[in-house]
Parts: sequence; structure tokens; C-alpha cells
Amino acid sequence: MPENTAVVNETTEPVKAEAAPAKDAGTGKPRSLWSDAWHDLRRSPLFITSAVLILVLLSMAVFPSLWTDGSPTEADLANKYLKKPEWGALFQPEWFGYDIQGRSVYNRVIYGARASITVGVMVTLIVTFLGTVIGMLAGYFGGILDTLLSRLTDIFFGIPFLLGALVILTAFEKRSVWVVILAISFLGWTSMARVARGAVIQVKQTDYILAAKALGASTFRILTRHVLPNALAPIIVVATTALGGYIATEATLSFLGVGLQEPLVSWGVDVAGAFRSIRNAPYVLIMPSVLVSITVLSFLMFGDAVRNALDPKLR
Amino acid sequence: MAELSKKNEPAASVDATPNVTGVEVVETGSETAAIEALQAPVDRGEPILQVRNLVKHFPLTQGILFKKQVGAVKAVDGISFDLYQGETLGIVGESGCGKSTVAKLLMRLETATAGEIFYKGQDITKLSGRALKAVRRNIQMVFQDPYTSLNPRMTVGDIIGETFDIHPEVAPKGDRRRRVQELLDVVGLNPEYINRYPHQFSGGQRQRIGIARGLALNPEIIICDEPVSALDVSVQAQVINLMEKLQDEFNLSYVFIAHDLSIVRHISDRVGVMYLGKMAEIGTDEQIYDHPTHPYTQALLSAVPVPDPEARENRERIILTGDVPSPANPPSGCRFRTRCWKAQDKCAQEVPLLAVPERFKGADTPAAHESACHFAEEKDVVHAA
Amino acid sequence: MTLIDESPAPQGAGDSGTPLLEVRDLHVEFHTRDGVAKAVNGVNYTVNAGETLAVLGESGSGKSVTAQAIMGILDMPPGRIPKGEILFRGQDMLKMSGEERRKIRGARIAMIFQDALSSLNPVYSVGFQLGEMFRVHRGLSKKDARAKAVELMDRVKIPAAAQRVDDYPHQFSGGMRQRIMIAMALALEPDLIIADEPTTALDVTVQAQVMDLLAELQREYNMGLILITHDLGVVADVADKIAVMYAGRIVETAPVHELYKRPAHPYTKGLLESIPRLDRKGQELYAIKGLPPNLTRIPTGCAFNPRCPQATDLCRTEVPALFPVTEQDGAELAGRGSACHYWKETLHG
Repeated sequence: MPENTAVVNETTEPVKAEAAPAKDAGTGKPRSLWSDAWHDLRRSPLFITSAVLILVLLSMAVFPSLWTDGSPTEADLANKYLKKPEWGALFQPEWFGYDIQGRSVYNRVIYGARASITVGVMVTLIVTFLGTVIGMLAGYFGGILDTLLSRLTDIFFGIPFLLGALVILTAFEKRSVWVVILAISFLGWTSMARVARGAVIQVKQTDYILAAKALGASTFRILTRHVLPNALAPIIVVATTALGGYIATEATLSFLGVGLQEPLVSWGVDVAGAFRSIRNAPYVLIMPSVLVSITVLSFLMFGDAVRNALDPKLR
Repeated sequence: MAELSKKNEPAASVDATPNVTGVEVVETGSETAAIEALQAPVDRGEPILQVRNLVKHFPLTQGILFKKQVGAVKAVDGISFDLYQGETLGIVGESGCGKSTVAKLLMRLETATAGEIFYKGQDITKLSGRALKAVRRNIQMVFQDPYTSLNPRMTVGDIIGETFDIHPEVAPKGDRRRRVQELLDVVGLNPEYINRYPHQFSGGQRQRIGIARGLALNPEIIICDEPVSALDVSVQAQVINLMEKLQDEFNLSYVFIAHDLSIVRHISDRVGVMYLGKMAEIGTDEQIYDHPTHPYTQALLSAVPVPDPEARENRERIILTGDVPSPANPPSGCRFRTRCWKAQDKCAQEVPLLAVPERFKGADTPAAHESACHFAEEKDVVHAA
Repeated sequence: MTLIDESPAPQGAGDSGTPLLEVRDLHVEFHTRDGVAKAVNGVNYTVNAGETLAVLGESGSGKSVTAQAIMGILDMPPGRIPKGEILFRGQDMLKMSGEERRKIRGARIAMIFQDALSSLNPVYSVGFQLGEMFRVHRGLSKKDARAKAVELMDRVKIPAAAQRVDDYPHQFSGGMRQRIMIAMALALEPDLIIADEPTTALDVTVQAQVMDLLAELQREYNMGLILITHDLGVVADVADKIAVMYAGRIVETAPVHELYKRPAHPYTKGLLESIPRLDRKGQELYAIKGLPPNLTRIPTGCAFNPRCPQATDLCRTEVPALFPVTEQDGAELAGRGSACHYWKETLHG
């Protein structure tokens, strides 16, 4: 934020601290929304827990070799067909048992993080960016632009999600992670645009927007400094809730055979493949599902913490 | 359309020789002449802001994709007044009379449908870009609601300091924080509070922050839209006193828009009364409060509850019947006629002009001020009989 | 139902000497993030039939919270009534069951709110909402209830009531909506009406109409009226007696004429002096310094002491009781009281 770069002459600060609450005492630095939010976040148990979990998940996604020496695709049908988990063998390939092809569930869960998290995070980023921009433009400028963008949103909203994804994805012979990401994003931005539009319209009518206009602030400044920060809370909530949904969507699509495909490793692919052995070896289904749940929960908590930190009234 | 041809006239002369003729043209106009002729109590110098036939119609539309206009809300329908250097012009009226729209038009937060606003002889309704930004430095605004007029996610330092981000020429970068603290001090807030958020302040303190923001650019004119109506009685007086102090200190001119007639009398040098988008009556505070000639002003004044039961019992009360008509469909002729006890056929046919009434013309009486009524007569409703 | 039918309206049984409503040492507190907010700290007042009590105070003075406690519409998880009695015709409503209170609410004690638009349900016609009172409480048929609704709208002087009875709230102007709220409050001919800032949201000219109507109806039905407001002007018009509240306490009580002429509490005095006059142009306004206190941290002693020009050490340590106020020669001033250690100096000095 620009304010952070402003030069502060600390010596000119008045010394008399008249019953200022502890938070304000002795701080001469200019504060901004984001620096204050960070200040708060560092103290929030919710944030710390979720951030640690997310870091762990990210480390799996980026450096799976840190977590296991084995390979997710190495199969030993003869010896390890649906071998039961050995709960004492922490961080060993046999920890979570073996799947129907004799592959280590633990290895697969670790290696699956990359595809799943990439899909979840990337789709969320794209959808949030696209939806926020479209929603903000429609909500803030109104008029013809709003009419056009809102109708466009309605049209996309009208496409049944799964059907649309099936149609798009079956058109691709080879489906990389990016194809899946783009397909989900292409169909998923509408709800975000609606949330953003509503939030922006609400903020637009407040007097501080008028005040900024009266000062001669540019539209860009009004949008970035006033409209966006105040419209962000509902967007963040929807985004973090949706993130889990996107990971689940990837799993669904993989199960239906139009998402990621073997030999790619992802939690979705594993969940999809587990149905064949669900009665004999439920752990093959449960372990990737647990990871999906932890990921979803971590991002939800993270979003909650960020939203709280961005609302000064909750301090 | 009639307004369009008139509009070119002063604007053209402004272009020719900017300052002098701009003022002159307007002074020869019928409306200001009256005020000038009147015993002008103090030398108020030249008008700093001149509003001429200002009109704002909000279109009413139907349809989702292809909108078609089905009518218009005539929020402001031909308003003219002057604001002099260092004075306070009060504008009173009930909700829906268009007074807040006037504030937004003066600030260029709304675009006028027709009419001109001359700031130092220059018509600001046509300005845009850098020229408009330059004018904004000199005309600022204080808002009604101290709870929604400050961005809740910015610190007080950022809220006031933003003015310098937008107008960097006013304060060099290294100086801004100090300037913000100075401003906080000027409006009676502890400069240490610079890092606090709006919600940590009470309503009165928030309004002081709003005033500090309005002052930051050293403007000449401040438009105040109901600046104290959201505040508690005991805090109202503090803010009013502060505004008066600042006016003296910085030689500010105020346009003070409010519905509270007592407060407007207290702070204003001159007062305009609005009804349904038109100016009903305008004059000095004494002329309007002690010698009103428009029936609406009289009804309005008589309805004000006064915190003095005895004075109250001896005052004449005019209780109006009915409600204010919709500005989308105002009555023909005089807009007040549907609620006026004096209304006659003429009132329905002819729009009364805002001028010194015929019967008072040339007379040396405080009743001789501009009043838009066919049957203007003086009636004191404020003082006990 | 039985409770209402047994004691027929205005004059209940055995009320000789018993006031219509008596609030005794009422305390209300709210549990908030910042601690316990003490909104009401020992309020006492009485209202008799046919009498108008104005409760005057700024935001946070506890005037509305007291009213909500009387009505039994306080939000009771954050709110709590640790102490006090609210006697309606001698019966403590705080000890009643929920069922008993519900029977009193609306039928015997009715309330008028500031914002008529949000107090009326937008999806039902005005006539339906008015008629509902009769259908639910009196068991009238739909047709009879509608007729009653028209009659009520006539009573509150809504023009062309018979035609407008099927209109929806948004089709009425602010003044008309407030009249509908009054009609609704009147529907079951209650003994007591609590009006919380009934005209604050209205324009001056409409304010006068609504206040007049309220005063007229009150006389006609011989109801008790509690008028809660921050506007010293509105009070002067209609009230018989006034209670001024500050930080959850009553700081002064007086008959209406006396209060304006000779205030006996520095807060009342300051308030009166801080309002600009309509009939003459004043000099600089008197301003009470400082801000109303935070209810989680009410100052010790007299809550007004940090803002009071004449505060002494006594004021900072000892909470003043509501002292009876007398003339200089000791002659009693009926109905007057001041919670100021120095009321004598304020009144006579």
C-alpha cells in the first residue's frame, strides 16, 4: 500500500500520550489496512493453525520427496494387493496400506496433493479475479455495462455445471491439470461475479465514496482504495468456501472419467479409483478424502481469519 | 429549451473577459438586483458562487435491457442564489425538497440537467478533468452521516491524508503526516489519534474528522449537508461552534443545508427556503425568520417545536394539511398551492417568480425580500403574540 | 384472553392510588465484547392514566432500553435485568410468565416506534395488519376485522380510509405510516402507550400533525403516555412531566413548565442553553464539553462529573440520589427532583 512508503518523521510525533489505548501507544508509523491486518493476523490462533496446515499441504505439493522416498506409481500387485495399513509405520510407504494395484496409498496421497491443490488454488484465483473484476465493473458503473455483464453472467449461470464441464472436457483427448483448471474456471466465475456485484453496489452508495469523488479522486483510486477493500469480505468468504468445492469438483470429474487421468496422481483420481475396493479396503477411499477435508477446512479457516483481520471493527 | 438560449449568454461573456464581466452580467439579472438593493448590512464583497436556474431531473425509466424514459423526478427545478465571500447561506426545507441534490450539484457529484454554477465567474457545470479537479480544491463538502462518510477500513490518517495523495501539490510528501496531525488539532482532536479507525470515535468526533478532511485542501467554500443532524444535542453545539470558529479563522464561505430551522438561523447570514425543487423565499436571517412573506415559510416556522412551553402557547400555529406532493408529478403553477390556505385560481395557472413582491418594492422594510408567492404578505409566527 | 376480559379497559379494578405503571429501581445491563454495559442503573418513575411522561435523553442514556424492558422486548441473551420491578397496575411484570406478559403486550401496553416503515410488514396490506390485532386478540371474523381497520384509519385521520385500507405500507408517506402505527397501537384500546421517538423521522410540518393527533387521542382514551425523545422542543408541547436521563439514571424530574424555566441539574441546564433559538440570533452557543460516557466505563460518583462545570471532589466520589427540590425557603416543589449534590446552587444560584 502506498501509505507504507510515506516518510515518517518520528521525532515530530507529540510525546503526550493521553490515555491512548495500548494499541496506539507509541506507534509513529503510518498504518494501512494491510499492515494492520498483518499485525492482527500474527496474533490470531485461527490464522496460525490454518497457515501451518496450508504450509504443510503446500510442501507436499511442491516437494513431495520431503515426505516420502517412494513413488506413487510403483506397483507390486503380487505382494501388496490391498495390503492393510500399518498405523505404526509413520511416514513410511506402508503407513496407509496399499491399493488395488499394490501402490502405496501414503505415497499417492502425498503426490496427489500437487494436482488437487493446484486445481483448487488456481481455479479460485482465476475465478475470484475474473468474477471480482466483472462484478465490480457491473456494480460500480451500472447502466448499459451492468445490463450487458449481468446478462452475460446469467447466461453462463444457466449452463448446468457438470454437463458443461463434461462437454468441454470430453473435447480434449489429453487432459492436463491446466485444461481442468480452465474448464472449471470458465463455468465457475458467475457466482463470484454476482457476489462481487452485490457487495460493490452496497459499498457504492455510501457517503465515503461520494466524499472521495468530491475530493477529485480518480475512478481507479476509488475502486482500489475504497470500493474493493470494503467489498472484499463477502468475496473472501465465498472464495475460500468455493476452494474446497473446486477440489471436490476435480474429484467428481475424475470419477466421471473426464477429469484428470491416470497416470496423473491426484486425490480426485484416487477417490475415483477407490470405489472398486470400498468394502474390502475402505482406507483407500478414506485417506485421500481426509486430505481433501483437511485442505478445505484449512482454507476456510484461513479465509475466516483474513476476513476478520480486514475488518477494523472486529479489533 | 428556453433555458438553453439563456445559458449561453453569461457563459459567453465569461470567456471574453473572465472575472469582471462574469459578475456584472449576473448582477444585472433580475434576481440579484433585489438583494443588492436591500439594506445590505455588512459589506459582503463579491459573490464567490453564483447559481443560475439550476435544474436537475432524474429520469424514471422502465425496461430491463432497453430502458425507456417514462418521466422524471424534478428534484431541483430552477434554483438561483449567490454565495458571498465569508458568509453562510442556509438552505432549509423538508425531505424531498431537493436541498441535498443542490449540494451534490454544487459539488459536481451530480451533473446538472440545465443551469450554471459560476465559481469566481467560471461556469463549473461544464468543467471536467484537471480544471474540475482544481475547482474541487476550493469547494469541499461535509457530509450528514458521520458513520457512513468515513471509509471504515482506513485510518484517520489515511482518510485525511488521502486528500494530499489526490492533490499532491498541496503538501509535499514528507510533510503530509504532520499536516494531518495539524488538521486534527485544528478540529479539536488529539493528533495522536492518527492511527485509529473511524469506529473508535463517537459521532461528534467522526464529524470532526469529516470536517478536517474538508479543510485539508484549504478550500474557500464548504458545502455542509446536514452536518449536525445525526449528532446528539449536547454534541451539536460543539460542532456548530467549531464550524463558526473555523469560518472566522480561514475566511470560509458555507452553504449550510439543514432541516433544523433553529440551527440554520444560528449559523446563517442569509437563508433560502426550498419547497419541491424550487426556492420559495430567500433573504437575511432576520428577513426570513422575523418577517417571512411566503406562506410555506410561515407554516414551517410555526411548526417548529420550541423548547419553551410558555412561548409556545402564545405563538400562532399553522398546521398544514396533507403531505408534500411527489416531485415526479408536482402541482401546476405554485408548487405549494395544494397545501396552502391562500391558494386561488391564479396559483394553479401561474408559476410565481422569486422576486421582491410588488407591494413591498422600494419600501424600506425587512419584508421587502425575494419571495415566490402571488399573495405574499408579512406574518410573524416565531415570536409570541 | 381471560386476563383482558376480566378487567375491562380504562379503569381496572382496585386501582385507587395504584399508579398505572411504576418502575422501581430498574437495572439493565448488556454483556458485550468490551465488558458489561450498564445501560440502566436504577430508574424509578410512575405514569398515571391520562398522564404524559416525557423521558428525555441523548443516545445511550438508557431511555429506549427502559422502554424495551417495560414492553418485555429486550434481547435477553446479551441483555439482563439484574434488579428492579416494573409494576403494571400493581403487578410486577418481571415476575410474570411469558404467557401473561404476552397478553399485556399490545393489548394493555402498546408501543410506537420511530421508524414506521420497518415496523410494518411490507408484504401485507395495512388493513390486514390492523385487522390482525382484532382477529388474534378479539377473535373477530375477517370481514369485521377489516371494518374495524377502516374505522381505526378514520380515527387517525387518514384521508379516504375505506379506499386505502388495502394499500401496502410503501404506498403511504412517512407521516401516514406513522399514523398507521398509532392506529395499530390504539387498536385494542391499551391503558398505556410508549412512543419511542415517534416523530423523529418526520418532517417538521408533519411532526406537528402527528404530535397533535397523539395528544388528542390520549386525552380521548384517557391513556397513560410515555414519550421517549431527545428533542426538547417536542417534549415542551405535550408532556405533563419530564424525566431527564443521563448514563442510565434519571438526573432530573419536573413538571414540564418548571423544567424549562428553572432547571435544577447542570446537565439539563446545559442542554437547554446549547440549543439555538428560533426567535432571535444568538451569540456563540453554550456547549457541554466532552462526550457522553461509555456505558462499560461509567465515571464514579455522578456520571456527569467529567463534563460538569461545577463538579467537586464530592461529585467524583459519591453518586447523588434524586434529591427532592425545594424553594429557597424550603417550600416543597411538587414532582421535582434533581440528582445533583449542588441542586440548590444550580436552581437558586
